[in-house]
Amino acid sequence: MAEKASTLTKAPAVSDIHIVWITAGLGCDGDSVSITAAEQPSIEDVLLGAIPGLPKVHLHNPVLAYENGADFLKFYYDAEKGLLDPFVLVVEGSIPNEKIKEEGYWAAVGTNPETGQPITTCEWIDRLAPKALAVIGAGTCATYGGIHAMAGNPTGCMGLADYLGWDWRSKAGLPIVNVPGCPVQPDNFMETVLYLLYQVAGLAPMIPLDKQLRPTWLFGKTVHEGCDRGSYYEQGDFAQNYGSSKCLVKLGCWGPVVDCNVTKRGWMRGIGGCPNVGGICIGCTMPGFPDKFMPFMDEPPGGTLSSTIIGTYGRMIRTLRGITNTTLNKEPKWRHSRPELTTGYHPTTY
Amino acid sequence: MATIPETLAYEGQKKRTLVDMNWDPITRIVGSLGIFTKIDFENREVAECYSTSSIFRGYSIFMKGKDPRDAHFITSRICGICGDNHATCAVYAQNMAFGVRPPALAEWIINLGEAAEYMFDHNIFQDNLVGVDFCEQMVKETNPGVWDKAQSTASPNADKHGYRTIADIMTSLNPFTGTFYRETLAMSRLTREMFCLMEGRHVHPSTLYPGGVGTVATIQLFTDYLVRLMKYVEFMKKVVPLHDDLFDFFYEALPGYEKVGLRRTLLACWGSYNDPDHCDYQYKNMDAWGKKMFVTPGIVVDGKLVTNNLVDINRNIRILLGSSYYEDWQGKETFVKKDPLGNPIDQNHPWNQTTTPRPQKRDFNGNYTWVMSPRWYDERTGDHLALDTGGGPIARLWSTALSGLVDINYVKATGHSVKINLPKTALLPEVEFEWKIPQWSNAIERDRARTYFQAYAAATALHFVEKALSELHAGRTATWSEFKVPDEAIGCGFHEAVRGVLSHHVVIRDGKIANYHPYPPTPWNANPRDIYGTPGPYEDAVQNTPIFEENGPDKFKGIDIMRAVRSFDPCLPCGVHMYVGDGRTIEVKHSPMFGAAGHE
Repeated sequence: MAEKASTLTKAPAVSDIHIVWITAGLGCDGDSVSITAAEQPSIEDVLLGAIPGLPKVHLHNPVLAYENGADFLKFYYDAEKGLLDPFVLVVEGSIPNEKIKEEGYWAAVGTNPETGQPITTCEWIDRLAPKALAVIGAGTCATYGGIHAMAGNPTGCMGLADYLGWDWRSKAGLPIVNVPGCPVQPDNFMETVLYLLYQVAGLAPMIPLDKQLRPTWLFGKTVHEGCDRGSYYEQGDFAQNYGSSKCLVKLGCWGPVVDCNVTKRGWMRGIGGCPNVGGICIGCTMPGFPDKFMPFMDEPPGGTLSSTIIGTYGRMIRTLRGITNTTLNKEPKWRHSRPELTTGYHPTTY
Repeated sequence: MATIPETLAYEGQKKRTLVDMNWDPITRIVGSLGIFTKIDFENREVAECYSTSSIFRGYSIFMKGKDPRDAHFITSRICGICGDNHATCAVYAQNMAFGVRPPALAEWIINLGEAAEYMFDHNIFQDNLVGVDFCEQMVKETNPGVWDKAQSTASPNADKHGYRTIADIMTSLNPFTGTFYRETLAMSRLTREMFCLMEGRHVHPSTLYPGGVGTVATIQLFTDYLVRLMKYVEFMKKVVPLHDDLFDFFYEALPGYEKVGLRRTLLACWGSYNDPDHCDYQYKNMDAWGKKMFVTPGIVVDGKLVTNNLVDINRNIRILLGSSYYEDWQGKETFVKKDPLGNPIDQNHPWNQTTTPRPQKRDFNGNYTWVMSPRWYDERTGDHLALDTGGGPIARLWSTALSGLVDINYVKATGHSVKINLPKTALLPEVEFEWKIPQWSNAIERDRARTYFQAYAAATALHFVEKALSELHAGRTATWSEFKVPDEAIGCGFHEAVRGVLSHHVVIRDGKIANYHPYPPTPWNANPRDIYGTPGPYEDAVQNTPIFEENGPDKFKGIDIMRAVRSFDPCLPCGVHMYVGDGRTIEVKHSPMFGAAGHE
């Protein structure tokens, strides 16, 4: 018992670790806001050392930082110089293509003291990624490009792996870790951070990722596989109007073919989500988002075929289940107030 | 921050020594904002200020040709803290364009979601982001004298919030270790759960649609919301007196503090919470149903209500250039020549705007921002007014108070104040708060109004829960109305994002989006000089800000400037560019959040 307990209570392999966060991609900061909603673990759980086994964590996120301006930016410069080792780099927002124009910038933070011009987000990634122990893409913009990378966009923006290369490895040998979602589901992100901290502390093996670089335990199932409306689908019973509690596939839900756990996990404390609470799945965790899912409110092309096939079977099943259900809604006939016992027991003493 | 002393001689002025003080990025807001100033430490004033931000995304560009039903899903992504305000505003514009009126229950559900958003967002911004500027650690580092005084100053409302001295309040605001800091962070989660009950996900909702909502309206839904709401109501009974104590103390401890962030009262509010009994989404009736909103729209100039008519508000919006990285659209297409009432629509109106970005080097003497300059054309004077939102609440309360139209069980607008009645909760009796029109539009009053509006939002939510339940009890459970997307249509939506005015304008042709321009609050607040040379709101606010910080150039934190800027609740995804000229000119530009729109 004592030995088992020590796994989490022994000193971590590193005593301190920094999280250096860049929100200056083309995004909305919604992922930073999202993580303040997390409770499993919460940001303060991690920062105040409420979780056993972790190194001391120092977070440098512009939305939450006490420091301003140069006092804040010093963390970026220090990380670049190797003074914040080890650190995890988090990138939020899609990465614009700064090479497609002659001058100016699409996204930047801080000012280059030599030129007086803004330092582009791309330059910061170039400076910091090679020094980081691990790089995390937070949200669909940073992971795959997202909304701002939609067809017709003027900035040519892309995801982190498109920018650094899908085979990119950190100096510690880790691939980019993608936690998609628009925004990222709060606990999905914090749990991934927690896993990486455990890995850094020597308490967990290499983080398991799928081909799209997502943690497999979070993105290994489809929305539909976790959806509490899946049984309506099975019974061929489809919502015809928004606001119905039935399966939404005919109203634009892509859940059957989208990798995401939101229907299992909900949004916060199991509350909210997408198709489970009446919101069609628009595929926001997917590399093909948003274009391959638009127009969002039309039935997915494959939906007609699959729902027609399931329709015949489902209607039959539903009918049969209805009959059984009616039976089950009746109490057995031996429960009555008549002056006789009909349960099958034959008393000999009364 | 770089500090480069430099001696300048201004014509007709004494020589003075200016020190470059730069903050890039400004943290604890959403988005990239840099502030570049020259400070005259001898005379304790900001001499020059440039504010700059640096993000362009291009929403108005990539939305062209897309299905108009997708607009709310797309535009939600403009903002990561009030995305749902965009989704809601987009739905309002879609409803108008599609000619659909959602069931009443759907409107109550949206109002409940938006109320939860106000409760959440003001809460986390006020006490986890702004609050840090007033916390023990910060006050000790910037004004040790104020900290000393705080320790010996009893909190007048200690019996209501439990913090004996002002210093105790400041300690409780220390990031992560402060008890009130952590309590508000936890409360920001409870209110987001309330939000998720109504709109599915925070911050980009999953259950909003043109025509209504996909939320399944059950007794459980409203019970789950109400039980949480009452906890927040009880929390408000502590929070409002706590902030009154803290903010009153600053006036007392630092005489003249009312000048921090002060500017002429030029406030805009586009109204919030539609009343389904009146709102039919028809443009021709917009004046009438706008006045039935539970936060009354209005433009307040020098303390007087100029108009509360949404049609007048709409037709006089102008988007100007002057210092932004875009091409002019004067020669481009005019999408809407007249509104549905026959009023002419200007080429500089969002319906007619064409966004053409031209990236270039940043030049503080020329173009230096991705933000355009929204203005409101005052027909009485011919002025293009640089209205601000004051971060939202001060404009909403001021406008609502002056109109005197809102009168529900829990909220009453009196013509000069807003009364907020909170019912008995588990441990505390009934409480009435009264927000009175303040003497100034300044940093402290913007922050104070934010706290009162948290209570206002909770009070309106109580009303909406009652209305929703009465629909449910009457058996009217539908939450969505069917519609058809027309080939040709125009629409507009007016709403209050958490930090102020929000409008969406759409033009539909051949069943697709031909033009779409959202205007959120940050471009209104943080824009640069326009073509007429009119500075944006931050200019006034920063220009009038004296320096109370005790630190000299070596350890200068710029706390008074930070409090002035943060009182506007700069929106994350918006970049802010601010340019403050020679001690008289302060220009702030903000790049709004989105791309396309104008700002962005």
